[in-house]
Amino acid sequence: MNRPALIGAAVIAAALIAGGVAASRNARAQDEAPTAQTEISTDPQTIAAGKYLVAAGDCVACHTAPGGAPFAGGTVILTPFGKLVGPNLTPDRATGIGDWTDDQFVRAVKYGIGHNGAHLYPGLPYVYFNEVPRADILKIRAYLATLPPVNNQIVSNQLPFPFDIRFLMAGWNLLYFPDHGDFRPDPSQSAEWNRGAFLVEGLGHCAACHTPKNFFGADRTHREFTGYIVDGNNAPALVNSTSNGLGTWSAGDIATYLKTGHNAYADASGAMSSVIIHSTSNLTLADDHAIAVYLKSLPGPQSAPQPIAATDPAMVAGSHIYADECSACHMTGGTGEPGIIPALKQSPVVNAAKPVTLAHVVLNGGRSVGTQDAPTASAMPAFDGILNDQDVADVLTYVRNSWGNAAPAVTADQVSKLH
Amino acid sequence: MATTLPHKDVAIIGLGWTGSILAYELATAGLDVVAIERGPWRDTATDFPPSWAPDELRYAVHLDLFQRPAQSTVTMRNNIKQTALPVRKFGSFIPGNGLGGAGVHWNGMTYRNMETDFNWRTHNEQRYGKNALPEDMTSQDWPITFQELEPFFDQFEKLAGISGKAGNLNGQIQPGGNPFEGPRSAEYPTPPDKQPFGATLYAQAAEGMGLHPFPIPSANLSQPYTNPLGVAMGQCTYCGFCDFFGCGNYAKASAQTCVMPALVRQKNFTARMNANVTKINLDSTGKKATGVTYVDDSGQEFIQPADLVLVCAFSFNCVHLLLLSGIGQPYDPVSNTGVVGKNYAYQCTSSVNIKLPGKILNPFISGGAVGMALFDYNGDNFDHTGLGFIGGGVLQAAHTGGKPLTQLVSFPGTPSWGSGWKKATKENYQIGYSLGTQGAVQSYRDAYLDLDPTYRDPYGSPLLRMTFDWHPNELKMSQYITGKLAEIGKAMGGTEIFATPAKAPYTVIPYQTTHNTGGAITGTNPTNSVVNKYMQSWDVPNVFVFGAAVFPQNGGFNPTGNVGALAYWGAHAIKTQYLKNPGPLVQA
Repeated sequence: MNRPALIGAAVIAAALIAGGVAASRNARAQDEAPTAQTEISTDPQTIAAGKYLVAAGDCVACHTAPGGAPFAGGTVILTPFGKLVGPNLTPDRATGIGDWTDDQFVRAVKYGIGHNGAHLYPGLPYVYFNEVPRADILKIRAYLATLPPVNNQIVSNQLPFPFDIRFLMAGWNLLYFPDHGDFRPDPSQSAEWNRGAFLVEGLGHCAACHTPKNFFGADRTHREFTGYIVDGNNAPALVNSTSNGLGTWSAGDIATYLKTGHNAYADASGAMSSVIIHSTSNLTLADDHAIAVYLKSLPGPQSAPQPIAATDPAMVAGSHIYADECSACHMTGGTGEPGIIPALKQSPVVNAAKPVTLAHVVLNGGRSVGTQDAPTASAMPAFDGILNDQDVADVLTYVRNSWGNAAPAVTADQVSKLH
Repeated sequence: MATTLPHKDVAIIGLGWTGSILAYELATAGLDVVAIERGPWRDTATDFPPSWAPDELRYAVHLDLFQRPAQSTVTMRNNIKQTALPVRKFGSFIPGNGLGGAGVHWNGMTYRNMETDFNWRTHNEQRYGKNALPEDMTSQDWPITFQELEPFFDQFEKLAGISGKAGNLNGQIQPGGNPFEGPRSAEYPTPPDKQPFGATLYAQAAEGMGLHPFPIPSANLSQPYTNPLGVAMGQCTYCGFCDFFGCGNYAKASAQTCVMPALVRQKNFTARMNANVTKINLDSTGKKATGVTYVDDSGQEFIQPADLVLVCAFSFNCVHLLLLSGIGQPYDPVSNTGVVGKNYAYQCTSSVNIKLPGKILNPFISGGAVGMALFDYNGDNFDHTGLGFIGGGVLQAAHTGGKPLTQLVSFPGTPSWGSGWKKATKENYQIGYSLGTQGAVQSYRDAYLDLDPTYRDPYGSPLLRMTFDWHPNELKMSQYITGKLAEIGKAMGGTEIFATPAKAPYTVIPYQTTHNTGGAITGTNPTNSVVNKYMQSWDVPNVFVFGAAVFPQNGGFNPTGNVGALAYWGAHAIKTQYLKNPGPLVQA
């Protein structure tokens, strides 16, 4: 049985067993949501606050299609289970959320239940948004109500059978959606830490990419923020580990990266570019710093694995390729150039267990993000056609085991699969 | 039938160094700015990736980044009696094309005019008498002083992140810098480049002779840098592919690297690429520009109305547009009337090739502006009494690379192909070294630009005609300073010293330098100049001209430092004076 079929069978079983409990959960969501009628605020401060929360939640990522009208939906989200399409959030009554009540909107965001009562998929990260208080969600609504209505019919559920059966999510929710309710500050931590925790765990839904997933696409909560592979690229570890995480970065370094896309060690590219453009660069530096403070508190492995010996033939070959092709920009010590060329030394992307991003970038090149504060979108040239698969493997093995880095060797076979 | 486009506050012709600086300054001041550029869009990352951009055949031989003669060219003659012929392959100079212009392929030597370069005629006449300048020499004072322009030199250097060592900081002479420079208000933004072996030997020899070598002020950055626009730059890798090339390491300052990342974020800025401006349009009085006409790459013609027109093309292309548009009176050398096209000048280069037996120079370790220079024989830094010329030039050890097709150091008697060439190349690659001069060129009554009577461009307009030759002053100057350079080469331990000072006639065939200046010169009144001290047209006050076309004559060093400073100087005048009260900033 292939993986999707297996998952499908398992999910159906889980759904059947858990159906009744889930139904009662659904009812609880209904109960929790007061039945007040819609009162969308037109207060400018509320709307501005809503816009800020929309940035914090990076709602654009899924709800504004490339080149499309803002929040009119249409972004294709490829999941391991199939295709979802981001719905239209404009106040259009026919195809957007114009005729939704506040309660319907809150239930969707916070509990993953659509306005018609059907289950939504966790492509809408309600698992994390669950922590966002109703008042904040209504501010988001207030902002969305100010957008020009766009008539754009979206068929969101484009998953293959059996995943297209929305009721399956009842079982999934029972297993993987604990419904913590509103974020509860930890009184033993600082206000800044709590603000960061709220942004990271709640609206920011950072775990959606950076936490490993289980067989059913749910977070492996005991390995939170230890990195995952999304769309064939590494979402690196965010834990406070120098061997594989953000241990070498100060909170200020993390905040600078989130605000500008660049810091002394790294230059954001790939999916994180979009997060920075639409979300974190639009947050206050104080909020980005709060996120950083929270991330710095996440424990990670403190003992580094042993690097491959420098005398290993792959390491020797890799060192020569590195000197020829890489060292001019990434420097002989792997330190990169602040603000423009990423450091390879102690980088979580470099030390990731599976070096997919690393190999992708060497083969195909990559481009960092330009922001208001750091407008230079520097780039890595493609080396496909210049280096063969064995060269790429050797130089990556070298990079992954030099300057304090330690990670498994890369093989030509691994590289060849990434073309 | 031309399509008339919506009005803009500012139309900028050309998107190189000056166009991008003016666009950024005026867009951030709130004006709606369109830049219209003849060539393609260029982007540091995607056009010049270091994995393949160092392609000598494509860029240095086939001149990929440059103006194609089919787009437009110039006709050339040495004197007024000859019939000019079109330049069908650019050789002596190679104008840029596309975003970044000639600032994409420049080497990055970023000098400033010295104080006496500004009051050049007055200074020489005071020191050497009223007859110091021959009758036909039309060099004149700039209408600006070093002190006025100093903050803007500084601003340009900070934009570009120039690597260097101050020689005169607020009047205090600094060891290791150029003691002949005017007083700087600040040190260079980044420290000097590392020096290769050849340049190190040159500096040692020069110092031993009592001369004053200093690291060339370089736009090949010695370390990573973030400029005041927030734009990040990388550090030079000394790859030796600067001249003719774009830099994908973000290490060579250029418009596409230093300005565009910030400029493209301005919502009130638009760039139109592959769009050739054919004319600046005037109203019925002829005293006011109404905008520009351009033709896009599909041949469609557009009229872009604008309140302000900034001519920011390559130097002689600016002059061409003024002539085609009827702005200012064309210069006529016979009647000695008019100003547009007057005082075209150039750079008088020369070289001294030497062999340094036993040395391993590794000439491939270099950059376009990596090297050592000295100003002891530049400007009026030495006594010209009895020499029979004025001016001088920078003497440089700036061996910009060791590229195999175009940069082998040649010596007399070496075959240019075959087994003899191979043998000589093998013997000389590591021991051959080339020193060079960038000599000043004075302006003359018979060196000028006008419209060609015969040849036309693809739009049906007359080509620009260049009338130019070396004059005795430059030939004597080149002889003198090249001789001094050969002395340094000898002191380096050089053998087989092969000096080639400039010799007449001037020819457009071998590459010399793209330091073409003049033709739309700046001066104190409409009878001696095309633009006033703010680079504003005397005749049409809502037209400004930027770039080396405004130089009254050319000094003994590369022009880009001056060009950048004048762009900021003009932008400042527009922002602080012109916009408040549009009209002439200097009364004629």
